[in-house]
Amino acid sequence: MLAKPRFRWLPMPYHSILLFVTWLLLNNTVAPGHLVLGAFLAWGIPMLTSGLSHPQPALHKPIKTLRYALMVLGDIVTANLEVARQVLGPLDQLHPALVALPLDIEGDLPITLLASTVSLTPGTVSSEVSQCRKFLYIHALTMKDEAELIATIKQRYEKPLMEIFSC
Amino acid sequence: MNFILELVVSIFLLIGGGFILVGSIGLMRLPDFMMRLHAPTKATTLGMGGLLIASMILFTLREPGHISVHELLITIFLFITAPVSAHMMAKTALHQKLKMISRTRGQELIDPASQQLAPKQSLEQGNDGVSVKS
Amino acid sequence: MLSFTVIVVSIMVVVALILNLWRLFAGPDLADRLLALDTMYINSIALIILLGIWLGSTLYFEAALLIAMLGFVSTAALCKYLLRGDIIE
Repeated sequence: MLAKPRFRWLPMPYHSILLFVTWLLLNNTVAPGHLVLGAFLAWGIPMLTSGLSHPQPALHKPIKTLRYALMVLGDIVTANLEVARQVLGPLDQLHPALVALPLDIEGDLPITLLASTVSLTPGTVSSEVSQCRKFLYIHALTMKDEAELIATIKQRYEKPLMEIFSC
Repeated sequence: MNFILELVVSIFLLIGGGFILVGSIGLMRLPDFMMRLHAPTKATTLGMGGLLIASMILFTLREPGHISVHELLITIFLFITAPVSAHMMAKTALHQKLKMISRTRGQELIDPASQQLAPKQSLEQGNDGVSVKS
Repeated sequence: MLSFTVIVVSIMVVVALILNLWRLFAGPDLADRLLALDTMYINSIALIILLGIWLGSTLYFEAALLIAMLGFVSTAALCKYLLRGDIIE
């Protein structure tokens, strides 16, 4: 999508919006002077750097992305309580495991998002991706059943990501 | 009003501090590196989220008409970078072949993982839940 | 009430920092020390935020953001050093 800019004078519209919002947050103000300066920076920095960007798969479903982010946030909060209980409880009931998760999604950005989600939702840390981008190695703090863990991750996180990037 | 504001901020502060403490207790207690990695990356990050939300609520509602949301920037930054640094540290541990405790299942995956290869066909054998002695 | 809570939470964070320090000195491997250092960065951000709430000032925000960025970059650089024996290839 970014390989061929749609607008010549605004090569990366999403990045521009992100930069603008970040500038306002950084200065914690909506004063007119900062609005002008932020708009200038949000226009100028992508103009200078757009030549360096790699083409990335496009987001197809913005609303689904938002819902996915909220779901992950909820999972982080609820499942962190579980990890707190496991950490403070008796340690010999923990059964750690190293699991290879076969990946169905393709592309660096979707795999990165999946790995970050897996790392943030408690109980699992993604530790390595195979060179062929087909397997994600996951370390689980405590695991009852390998097939169940893989099925949960695939069902809950990989499927919505595949829909978002439609790959 | 002021009392309710202080109560809400206090609750968020206590939740945040509690999770930060749990993260460090986990860092101290858990037996091997890969298990230790779990506690700080998740519990501590969530704890920071709680503290920053408390700070955001306090500075926004303390004086009317003054919105303070720049703590959001630190929160988002931490939530983006925590899994990345956790992944890098797990990678380091795998490549240095650190010992995992003996009841860790799937230890035959350490070798292919540290060379970034696909797992061998012996994957099915690790499936039946038998712990592999190191 | 708020000042009391801030003191209690600060004590909790300091205890967490001491536990991290223990892991930093005792950690059997370099990776353990690296993890302890990374956690100490995040906990010191928490202390700075608490100081800001205690003094009622938002001036400490920049310091917290700087520590967050430096912490991430130094963790990444140290990981790279442990992985490859070299930071800039």
